[in-house]
Amino acid sequence: MTQVTSRLQFFWQDPTFFMCERYSLRSIAMRAESPPLVSVTDVEKHYGDFHALKHINLNIKEREVVVVIGPSGSGKSTLCRTINRLETITSGSITIDGKQLPAEGAALAQLRSDVGMVFQAFNLFAHKTILENVTLGPIKVRKLSKAEAEKQAMALLERVGVAHQADKYPAQLSGGQQQRVAIARSLAMKPKVMLFDEPTSALDPEMINEVLDVMVGLAEEGMTMVVVTHEMGFARKAAHRVVFMADGEIVEIAEPEEFFTNPKTPRAKDFLSKILTR
Amino acid sequence: MDFLQLLEMFLSGIWGTIKLFAVALIGALILGTILAGMRVSPTPVLRTAASTYINVVRNTPLTLVMFFCAFGLPFLDIRFGATSSFNSFVYATLALTAYTACFVAETLKSGISTVPVGQAEAARAIGLTFGQTLNQVVLPQAFRTVIPPLGSVIIALLKNTSIASAFNNRELISAMRNAIEVRGDLVVPLLFGTALAYLILALILGRVFDYLEKKLVILR
Repeated sequence: MTQVTSRLQFFWQDPTFFMCERYSLRSIAMRAESPPLVSVTDVEKHYGDFHALKHINLNIKEREVVVVIGPSGSGKSTLCRTINRLETITSGSITIDGKQLPAEGAALAQLRSDVGMVFQAFNLFAHKTILENVTLGPIKVRKLSKAEAEKQAMALLERVGVAHQADKYPAQLSGGQQQRVAIARSLAMKPKVMLFDEPTSALDPEMINEVLDVMVGLAEEGMTMVVVTHEMGFARKAAHRVVFMADGEIVEIAEPEEFFTNPKTPRAKDFLSKILTR
Repeated sequence: MDFLQLLEMFLSGIWGTIKLFAVALIGALILGTILAGMRVSPTPVLRTAASTYINVVRNTPLTLVMFFCAFGLPFLDIRFGATSSFNSFVYATLALTAYTACFVAETLKSGISTVPVGQAEAARAIGLTFGQTLNQVVLPQAFRTVIPPLGSVIIALLKNTSIASAFNNRELISAMRNAIEVRGDLVVPLLFGTALAYLILALILGRVFDYLEKKLVILR
């Protein structure tokens, strides 16, 4: 008994144990069996004759960060957008927190309020100030009072580092600042999961990191995230799994280190050789 | 009848025109916005209803719409007040509202299509319903982009109030007719005076739209 205890103590006290991402508490907690937060089952999507998503199956657990990569036209953005039904699917099913995605209407709006979405083009409301952008959802959907919503919004803007711009309009901010506001706008709804649809693709290179830093922070806090991106650095730093898509199919799912150092499929090898030698 | 009396007659005529215009303007903006919302709604029945209404009323001469309101409604025993002059006023504003709303709706619809799709997507993504998305995000931006063409529609409404003179309404044209009856010798100055009155009203409106356009411009 004493032996076991002492071994356990040693085990927990070993600092190197926590430094290894693979055995971190977060990873262990994640692997523990829990129902998936987002479940995509047998999803097919056609645009006319074009088969955009082919037999997609993907489960995302709570606190998990999944990065979706792949060549353009591979369906990764489409997949991301089907999760909050900005794109409809032809067949299959998508559930969030055990609930089937409803058809258009109040129920869908309610569900979408729990799913944050960050767009490539930021899509901040052009006629509203930064502060109004962040408070609109909480006031109209969560029915917060204006004062309460503004207090929360200022805290979020503080966190993403644009609080001093609160009274400006989106067009007066840089791309990186706009995208951070867009993240704050999503966070204001206290979402269960956040979707990022190429959040840094429209940014100047020097602004990419300020947005990625916010995203890494979110991942470290345990936000469940689906991130469509070309940022391999982010995938390595924050992702638990990398989903590689090509031609509307999921070709490979692996842990980031595994995927980047030892891709299994020729399609992934080809893709990686092209982007890593860029 | 001296100059002061004529002026008084004209001023009360202008006041009549402004009343018809203001009430019809409010009605047309409200009805036009509703019609535009219906035209972009996800419900096919609403879309069809709105476009049918717009196609029928927009392609009917305003005079005929006035006839429907001023003679059709009383025939169906639809009245709004005790006095015939008040009834005539309501019938005329109804006709102007019904007619102008079509143009407001069409103008707004073109404005809606200039609002980037991403704006509505972002609104839906934070959980706003279709109505909230329209009211909070899409229509405010659409209105701002269509201020100049909407201005033309509204100036047309101002001038269209003149048709109400033929349907027992007291406004600028009826004042002019009365004035000409008593002072036929002044017919040309009276015609010019009336034109000048419309011109001044329209120019004031134009200034208001210029101001709104500058004030409400959206940076993108």
